[in-house]
Amino acid sequence: MPIIEIVFYFFAAVLVASALSVVTVGNPVYAVLFLVLSFFSAACIWLLLEAEFLAIVLVLVYVGAVMVLFLFVVMMLDVGGGQKKAQFARYLPVGLLVALAMAAQLFLVIWTQGFETQFMPEPYPEGFSHTKALGELLYTDYLYAFEIAAVLLLVAIIAAIALTHRRRPETRYQDPSEQIKVRKEERVRLVSMPSEREGVNGNGNGQEGS
Amino acid sequence: MLTLAHFLTLGALLFSIAVAGIFLNRKNVLILLMCIELMLLAVNMNFVALSRFMGHMDGQVFVFFILTVAAAEAAIGLAILVVLFRNRQSIAVGDLSDLKG
Repeated sequence: MPIIEIVFYFFAAVLVASALSVVTVGNPVYAVLFLVLSFFSAACIWLLLEAEFLAIVLVLVYVGAVMVLFLFVVMMLDVGGGQKKAQFARYLPVGLLVALAMAAQLFLVIWTQGFETQFMPEPYPEGFSHTKALGELLYTDYLYAFEIAAVLLLVAIIAAIALTHRRRPETRYQDPSEQIKVRKEERVRLVSMPSEREGVNGNGNGQEGS
Repeated sequence: MLTLAHFLTLGALLFSIAVAGIFLNRKNVLILLMCIELMLLAVNMNFVALSRFMGHMDGQVFVFFILTVAAAEAAIGLAILVVLFRNRQSIAVGDLSDLKG
């Protein structure tokens, strides 16, 4: 058996086992950690498929950011995994039934359409940059979709902050609408005074306010 | 010899596990969100495999966008959970019956 198959079966086994653990372990903290393991194994399998950039992005963005966010929230919310086992047994038959039916249908499609005769294509030539190829596609054909994705991320940032932002009564805030509605007369008072002569001080009513 | 069917089977297996997980953990919103992430991973796996075997890079651009949407979805979903927990001190799905749905 060539080494590439051994690598594939190893990471596929880890991936499936950790995915099973995610759905069965019950404790959210362990579930997040198993999810990290499954994303990592998926990234390794993507490396086998020569999708290096996406594999790195999966590890950096998913394991590095999204899963850490999950972990933060799980630990902050303090949800115990205590009473899960009773309900677990109750929903096991129907869940298993639906999952097995779905898996059977998918396998039926996959193994009868000739996909099993499509072997791994030749590796990319020496010096081929996956990142460059992806970038060229992304910034030409898919530029519009790329911009929309950027806007989507911005909307997500603003929505997440707006949802979780908490106003405390003791904190002082600026009110921008009051600030821009201010007029010159409220801030500056022009006083008329006689011009000052050399050596004589005025009586101190120069500018006031600011 | 590895074929396209191997990778598609792996994706199908992952997707089925995630569907089973939604049934098994339907009281726990956090694990439900994680099952959705697993489903998206399964779809991405199919996209990457098909893109490699068909020789088109376009599938991987789609993976890129799916990752974007999934990150946004996770951020907003977790923010909603935090607000929910702050208001009710619980995120159990059974307690969320205000809309009588």
